[in-house]
Amino acid sequence: MKKKLFSLLLTALLTMAVLGGCGSDGTGESSGNNSSKGTSALEPAGDPVYGGSVVVGIQQDIDSLDPHKATAAGTKEILFNIFEGLVKPDKNGDLMKAIASDYTVSEDGLIYTFTLREGVKFHNGSAVTAEDVKYSLERASGLLDGTPLISSLKVLTSVEIIDEKTVQVTVGSANTELIYSFVAAIIPAGSGEDESGTPIGTGPFSFVSYTPQEGIVVKKNSDYWQQGLPYLDEVNFKIITSTDTALLELQGGSIDIYPYLTDSQANELKSSFQILSAPSAVVQALYLNNADPLLSDVRIRQAICYALDKDEVNDFLAGGNATIISTAMLPTLQSYYVDLNDTYGTGANIEKAKELMKDAGYPDGFDLEITVPSNYEYHVQTAEVVVEQLKKAGINAVINPVEWNTWLEDCYNGRKYQSTISGLTSDTTPGYMMNRFQTDSKKNFINFANAEYDQVYEKAAAAMDPTEKAGYYKQLQQILCDEAGSAFIQVPAITIAVNPKLGGYTFYPVYVQDMSTVYFAE
Amino acid sequence: MKLFIKKIITLIMTLFLVSVAAFLAFQIIPGDVVTSILGTEATPEREEQLREELGLNDPPVERYFKWAGGVLRGDFGRSYQYSKNMNEMMPVAELIGDKLPVTLWLAGLSMVLIILVSIPLGVLWAKSANRFLDAALGVITQAAMAVPSFFLGILVTFLFGIVLKWFVPGGYISYRESLSGFLGYLLFPALSIALPKIAMTARFLRNSMLTQMQADYVRTAYSKGCTRKRVMYGHVLRNALMPVVTFLGMIIAEIVAGSIVVEQVFGLPGIGRLLISSINNRDFPVVEILILYITFVVIFVYFLVDILYRVIDPRISEK
Repeated sequence: MKKKLFSLLLTALLTMAVLGGCGSDGTGESSGNNSSKGTSALEPAGDPVYGGSVVVGIQQDIDSLDPHKATAAGTKEILFNIFEGLVKPDKNGDLMKAIASDYTVSEDGLIYTFTLREGVKFHNGSAVTAEDVKYSLERASGLLDGTPLISSLKVLTSVEIIDEKTVQVTVGSANTELIYSFVAAIIPAGSGEDESGTPIGTGPFSFVSYTPQEGIVVKKNSDYWQQGLPYLDEVNFKIITSTDTALLELQGGSIDIYPYLTDSQANELKSSFQILSAPSAVVQALYLNNADPLLSDVRIRQAICYALDKDEVNDFLAGGNATIISTAMLPTLQSYYVDLNDTYGTGANIEKAKELMKDAGYPDGFDLEITVPSNYEYHVQTAEVVVEQLKKAGINAVINPVEWNTWLEDCYNGRKYQSTISGLTSDTTPGYMMNRFQTDSKKNFINFANAEYDQVYEKAAAAMDPTEKAGYYKQLQQILCDEAGSAFIQVPAITIAVNPKLGGYTFYPVYVQDMSTVYFAE
Repeated sequence: MKLFIKKIITLIMTLFLVSVAAFLAFQIIPGDVVTSILGTEATPEREEQLREELGLNDPPVERYFKWAGGVLRGDFGRSYQYSKNMNEMMPVAELIGDKLPVTLWLAGLSMVLIILVSIPLGVLWAKSANRFLDAALGVITQAAMAVPSFFLGILVTFLFGIVLKWFVPGGYISYRESLSGFLGYLLFPALSIALPKIAMTARFLRNSMLTQMQADYVRTAYSKGCTRKRVMYGHVLRNALMPVVTFLGMIIAEIVAGSIVVEQVFGLPGIGRLLISSINNRDFPVVEILILYITFVVIFVYFLVDILYRVIDPRISEK
């Protein structure tokens, strides 16, 4: 009897654990994944009060504490709280003036003049001077020691101090998108060689400690130049290795904010947390290697585009919250984006696909290898759905899961692959996603080669007039879509859980976890 | 003494071979460490600078000896992925020194649980004339052994964390903050590690004792008038412990080397988790030292077991 009871109990326990503990799946987009088009800030339950500390769950460890050397999106979104540039992104994806109170750009776009804001202090108490700005920009652009740390600043040819409040930057070639690169952190002169190595910036929070595998702690900067900010005394960014653990920690109350929920987790937490959702900045696609003998035929690439059922992927994986795309531009960059979803449709068009395959000499289908970075559960699951969809058109696709570093080396750098499902994380400049498809771009890992595209891109980059520029970018998207450079799928949604006691969480369309506006509501 | 020297030489040879093997493995596995660190957005100049900094432009043989030379001088190098501060990378010794206490405490706690529970349980089981208890223990230990530790971890988390709320899942408290809080949290992962091992050890001890009880010396002991208690604890247990000590030695080595799975499930920043992330990020200096550490632990524990044998059974030394 006892034995039976025990086994019953064990069975019950096992069942509960399976239901409760394993009911979620990981999501993740390439190289850190968090940004979103700002809907409005969350309306608080009450009035903001000052003080308190908050724990934010993060997925990846910090790749560098040096704001110029940090490249991972997951690191930048945290360092945003510690460091600031002359300008900084705001929640609409525009720029706001930060350390610079004003700037002007010469008519030819070659000279930028920044006026420094009065009363901005570093965390060590000293005021920000023109020397600090010169040092920081020279360090980031490589003028200091020949090694540019931020690639977009490579075009800087000189940084000069005009007077103690004015700095003039000269660039080699004009590009209206360059101003976005001046979000590069301003750090005290010499601090990049300083022995103590303490990260010092001007942001709303100052650095307290970093422990590998555990996280990074920051505390309130009481001298912050934006009056009234921040509200919180301390923020602990805690590294959480799996989304499953994160769910348990949210339920257990050991983290307050977690920005990488899966759809099923969001449903589970609905009753006890504020759940916010916004588009990410990740362009997910079945990227096709245009240099592959089979895929070099545009009809084959188009056939693949027709065979995909993007609606199904969206419903299966994102609960219908993702944004379907047919080109590489983020829909949140509204002035540049053009909706081309009608070209191949959002559902599957098997007949059209088969017709194109027949034209191309493959009436009975063909084999396709889809390489997937196996650490990104989301892409793996997408691939599983896509394989089934392609099968309907007679395309025999197989998944080749590889580890992330192998993906980087073989697919991205080596371009030795046939097709891959992955995500590219965009920034807020339209050029970021578009310039990589120029024929000889180092980042053109799909080997897209189109002379017209190259010409239009050059015009787009050089255009000074915003409308003209947007027109060129739309043209680029059209070419990329018509030529089926790749089978673009969707911009996944990002879903965040926030402790119901907190207010003020703000979405940004870039990689940012802005904690300065977060507060406890009373 | 002769034995000691022999063991030391074996240790050094093994460490050398293992370090070479790990180094070779790093040459073969795909993935460029520079891309791994810098991602896809870095400038070529920065990539080249880093390659130079890490000495990746030197021929492999030279790199190995440079690294080995450093280790012999006590310089374990610096991690490729973890920063100490804004301008320096974390020294490997400091990094491991920071993570080691987590793994060691976890191992200690698990070992205490294992020994405290399994030995009395094994003895009780061997002595039990009660068929029901015998059968029940058989089923329970079989079940405990069959459950993989990651699943047991989930079970423990669910039962003690979510249902009973005895601890906050994932709410790891650093030993630097509060030792009691740290140990309180560690108790649950330790339980997940210990349960299957307790079952195994108890089973092992029981079988070993049952075998010993058939031996001639037991009959002799009874016939010269020893009480059952004296026979059991004075003779049988002592002999029966021999294989159990070996078994426990294997378990210690396994746990001290880093309970990779359990650390992952409970979010413990220990050696096991560090090893996984270092391999993923191609953090060669950290992986090398961790592998050497694990090798050392295994050899050292077996050496201790060897000595313990001689203590329990002096005949071995005489041979």
